[in-house]
Amino acid sequence: MSTATTTPAPVMPARHFLNDNYGIRSWLLTKDHKRIAILYLLSITVFFFIGGIFAALIRLHLLTPNGELFSADTYNRLFTMHGVNMIFFFLIPSVPAVIGNFVLPIMVGTKDLAFPKINLLSWYLYIGGATFSIIAMVSGGVDTGWTFYAPLSSGYLRGHVVLMAVGILIVGFSSIFTGLNFIVTVHRMRAPGMTWGRLPLFVWSNYAASLIMVLGTPVIAITLTLLALERGFHIGIFDPKLGGDPVLFQHMFWFYSHPAVYIMILPGMGVISEIVPCFSRKRIFGYAFVAFSSIAIAVFGFVVWAHHMFVAGISVYSALVFSLLSYAVAIPSAVKVFNWTATMYKGSVQMDTPMLYAMAFIGLFTIGGLTGLFLAALGLDIHIHDTYFVVAHFHYVMVGGMVTAYMGGLHFWWPKMTGRMYPEVPAKLAAIVTFIGFNLTFFPQFILGYMGMPRRYWAYPPEFQVLNVLSTAGASILSVGFILPLFYFLWSLKYGEVAGNNPWKATGLEWETTSPPPTHNFHQIPIVTKDPYAYGEEEEEVPVVH
Amino acid sequence: MSTSQTTTTEHHPALAHQFDSMEQQQDASTFGMWVFLLTEIMMFGGLFTAYLIYRIKYYPAFVAGSTSISVIWGFINTLVLICSSFTMAMAVWSAQTSRRKLQIWFLIGTMILGSVFLGIKAKEYYDKYDECHIPGLGHQIIGKPFNTTGGCSATDSKLGNISKEIRDHAAESHEEVSKESADQTADQTQIFFSFYFAMTGLHAFHMIIGLGLLTWLLMRATRGHFDSQYYTPMELGGLYWHFVDIVWIFLFPLLYLISRHKGGA
Amino acid sequence: MSDHSHSHPTPGLYLVIFIALVIGTCATWGIAFVDLGIWNPVIALAIAVTKATLVVLFFMHIYYSSKLTKITISAGIFWLLIMITMSLSDYLTRTFLPQ
Repeated sequence: MSTATTTPAPVMPARHFLNDNYGIRSWLLTKDHKRIAILYLLSITVFFFIGGIFAALIRLHLLTPNGELFSADTYNRLFTMHGVNMIFFFLIPSVPAVIGNFVLPIMVGTKDLAFPKINLLSWYLYIGGATFSIIAMVSGGVDTGWTFYAPLSSGYLRGHVVLMAVGILIVGFSSIFTGLNFIVTVHRMRAPGMTWGRLPLFVWSNYAASLIMVLGTPVIAITLTLLALERGFHIGIFDPKLGGDPVLFQHMFWFYSHPAVYIMILPGMGVISEIVPCFSRKRIFGYAFVAFSSIAIAVFGFVVWAHHMFVAGISVYSALVFSLLSYAVAIPSAVKVFNWTATMYKGSVQMDTPMLYAMAFIGLFTIGGLTGLFLAALGLDIHIHDTYFVVAHFHYVMVGGMVTAYMGGLHFWWPKMTGRMYPEVPAKLAAIVTFIGFNLTFFPQFILGYMGMPRRYWAYPPEFQVLNVLSTAGASILSVGFILPLFYFLWSLKYGEVAGNNPWKATGLEWETTSPPPTHNFHQIPIVTKDPYAYGEEEEEVPVVH
Repeated sequence: MSTSQTTTTEHHPALAHQFDSMEQQQDASTFGMWVFLLTEIMMFGGLFTAYLIYRIKYYPAFVAGSTSISVIWGFINTLVLICSSFTMAMAVWSAQTSRRKLQIWFLIGTMILGSVFLGIKAKEYYDKYDECHIPGLGHQIIGKPFNTTGGCSATDSKLGNISKEIRDHAAESHEEVSKESADQTADQTQIFFSFYFAMTGLHAFHMIIGLGLLTWLLMRATRGHFDSQYYTPMELGGLYWHFVDIVWIFLFPLLYLISRHKGGA
Repeated sequence: MSDHSHSHPTPGLYLVIFIALVIGTCATWGIAFVDLGIWNPVIALAIAVTKATLVVLFFMHIYYSSKLTKITISAGIFWLLIMITMSLSDYLTRTFLPQ
């Protein structure tokens, strides 16, 4: 079975998880975490492009100030569907369910996740939720914004709120099961010698994100259930007309949805923590700090939610506390950025595609994070609340951060997943095009927001047109950067260079097994004796904090 | 230090391939169940938080609403559920100690008690339906609009007059409550009833799932699947059942016993 | 009440816990009809917490479980308290307006 020869020209292993068995049943009933990851990859790619089309239509519409393309009602539906698809059906499952599912069990040195059947169930739940979402979209969509604020969503609007809420509820359980699986796997399934201090940082950050999935998602489930009940039976839980309190909906919604931002960004940070040391040929600077900052983000992330509600009429004292706590959550994020740059410092940095994405991540995430501090400031938020400043801020974190990290991770582990290299030149081009297009799209929106252009409006005063045209131009460049990988990844499946076990000369257990890995990941369960990131052992100069 | 897939210890048929030993499997499964219960805590927790906020905001209405539900049935149901938790614990213990007959009888006992609980719950729901205390635009869905001024019940037209009860109880302590004020408070009990049905409904939903789990466990237990070597499903089923019991332990005082001393049984 | 050398409780212990739970339920019910002012809900909840703790510790075997499981359940309670207290921090201070 073990015929992986290590000759100068690498060859594909004879048997691996992709050719172990064939047929549609072997995929749809698989319990192999790697195949489930591939299933997730295909499904979230579909939703990424659906969400992308909505985004493109929004930007096209905003070319002109008076909104000639769509009616206001259609526009509302467009941005709602864009948000819902991108957040619940792409960003939240992106890195954990695709890359995490694929590499996390291999990284900790086990044959599979703790509960393979539950892992498969989680994919089916995703598809179930996605089906509801598609039905809701096809039958006319929802026009509440992705936040579903009551009483707008519970009584006044005509869209298919209940269908969409059910879809999100179901997809929420999919993410709960992924998180549950990761937590149990990390605690109970590590290979001999894989101590907590030797866990790769990608595992640490996915573990932290899993904590949020498990603790936060049930709250959005119950909130959306109450919303659906209120809409269906007209009971007064959120609708002030019936005695309810709309701000309570916001509390409960953001109790999940703010930490959910960290579900989206933490696994991305994990990807960057893997890529940066590998392409700097250096140990990660301050391993323990990076590891614990993930946990700190997960914990602090739960106590800042009301900074989304400063103008919603909450108590000023409460707002003050939430504002201060929001500053606290910036510290662990800053620790990470500091440690990544310190890792690169004096390293022999190689500009391969994953590293380009990682460097883009660090820059864009820093801008996104720092503008987040503006918004967390109680006084300033009143000025820029619900403007394009907010839109630009979270797109810097979500697209500039998370999508960039996801693309970086996909390039980094693509040879491991498929056994073949992607073509380097178009990949670099795509990375650069994405970076330029992204900044051109969203930087003008900071200025627009600061000048007072409100978000979610279908028309705007003519003096904002120049910046909006710039933004739309950027979006068209950005779309090229996202479509290009689709083609060369597919191309590489057949024509890509055979990668070999470890094309990046990276550390970590996933690079010790064959590419693609065998169905049970390892021919022999490894025994771990080294720290992670033992790059350039002989020229070690930076002390590692333990 | 086992490096090979085929370990020297004998391979239990229930051992999944990703685990090295039965011990690791049981450990991971139990921990997984606890993580799942964590999500359940947060899910019910969201509901409890919302309940608490409205209880503070509409306290008089919550008192009136709570007084209108039958405390004796709630009390009996609490006892029923505690009994079922005891029988469930005994079923798990019987499996742990390889008592095959006993675990079947305790499982059946737990299922009977669980069904009794749901039966009593259904009776309480029917009473509320009869008194027109189902909140929301009920007339569109179930044919009886929400009504707190009485005269709605098909069995006893004096039932369900929350507005009158509020004024009667106020009169007992020599307070004067205007009819308008009492009507308004009575109307706000809709929110109490929304929570009453949402919370007990979610709980009953968990009970129904629990009965499904018990049926599955019973089927496996009759085939003799569980003994001291392997009883993980029993253990997990037990954890779930006890959790549902704990939720009720909190629901009973929170829903049935708000300022009971002011009202009657 | 319990013996550390046993990895699992015995039927005798289960019976004791069961009786304690029944007594707790009766106490909750009885005390509810006595006017204790603000202490009514406090006592009712205190009894409920005690009952829940007994169920968790013995029926659910937490008393005999690993530290990890104990941390897990503590985390659940801690996060629940975060949700309740921080939401209430808004509702309870809304009316104190600065002069």
